Amino acid sequence: MKIDCKHVWQHISAYIDGDVDAQLRAEIDRHLEHCEICSAVMDSTRNVVVLIADDRIFEIPSGYSERLHRRLEAVFAKESSSG
Amino acid sequence: MTDTSKSTGEIASGLAEREAAALDTAQTIARILAGESHLFHALIQPVERPVFLMLYMLLRDETDAEDAAQETFIKVYRNLHTFRGDSKFSTWVLSITRNEGLGWLRKRASRPEEPLEPVLDESSGDFTPALLTDWRELPPEALERQELRQCLCRAILKLPPIYREVVQLRDLDELDVQETANVLGITPGSVKVRLHRARMMLQKDLVPQLKAFAPGSKRGWFGRRV
Repeated sequence: MKIDCKHVWQHISAYIDGDVDAQLRAEIDRHLEHCEICSAVMDSTRNVVVLIADDRIFEIPSGYSERLHRRLEAVFAKESSSG
Repeated sequence: MTDTSKSTGEIASGLAEREAAALDTAQTIARILAGESHLFHALIQPVERPVFLMLYMLLRDETDAEDAAQETFIKVYRNLHTFRGDSKFSTWVLSITRNEGLGWLRKRASRPEEPLEPVLDESSGDFTPALLTDWRELPPEALERQELRQCLCRAILKLPPIYREVVQLRDLDELDVQETANVLGITPGSVKVRLHRARMMLQKDLVPQLKAFAPGSKRGWFGRRV
């Protein structure tokens, strides 16, 4: 069975996650071999997924952990003194 | 021999960390419940970042996210006795985090100057990707550029909330589909559908912008026009 571009687009995310069965994967691979547009869509989506997962995208505020643990210590102290 | 270059607090915290690492989660929790509250610091260390991120994704304000994170961890501590181990500890904490974040959103909604962003947005939308005929891969080194990091950050924060949270859990925190479904209270099938839509939206929004950051593009990714 030959699949068209729209069919490929519906499975991009599952394809990237390795969550398509062997037959569908083979059909998509065959399509990608000759379709420049779908190849670029697949590669760019995979690239976006890799980039957004990088820890540098969202920085945690400086001192977040220290302030959190200080607050927790205060809670522990209060709760242990109140029995 | 005691390392005198470290403060007592640092040594205690290091000890607590090693102690907790040597135990499994269930044992650590049992000891915390028996009164060794200092072990709680090490127990939550792996989830500190995911908790902040989830709250930042929901509230889109750093100060609110940090305040809500503190409240979340206090709730986690006070409710530790209810953790049964049916799910991973991290999944349980993230479920509590999400409820806390939604509570903050509801409080905001009661203030007219801050309308509640629709938490649920199941609109089907247009999921045709950005079409292009070539793609130059952006290497991780490209993220040295602050403009690129901001561009990616803005794109994620622009997603409707139900898509933003699934991207965070699956792609940033690397939870599996079932764990993500447990945190969000949805089916694994819905997780996959939302993640697919979210990634397509990100591709469509980002790809036209990212081309400018590609090696060899007119602007180059070292920030100079070439």
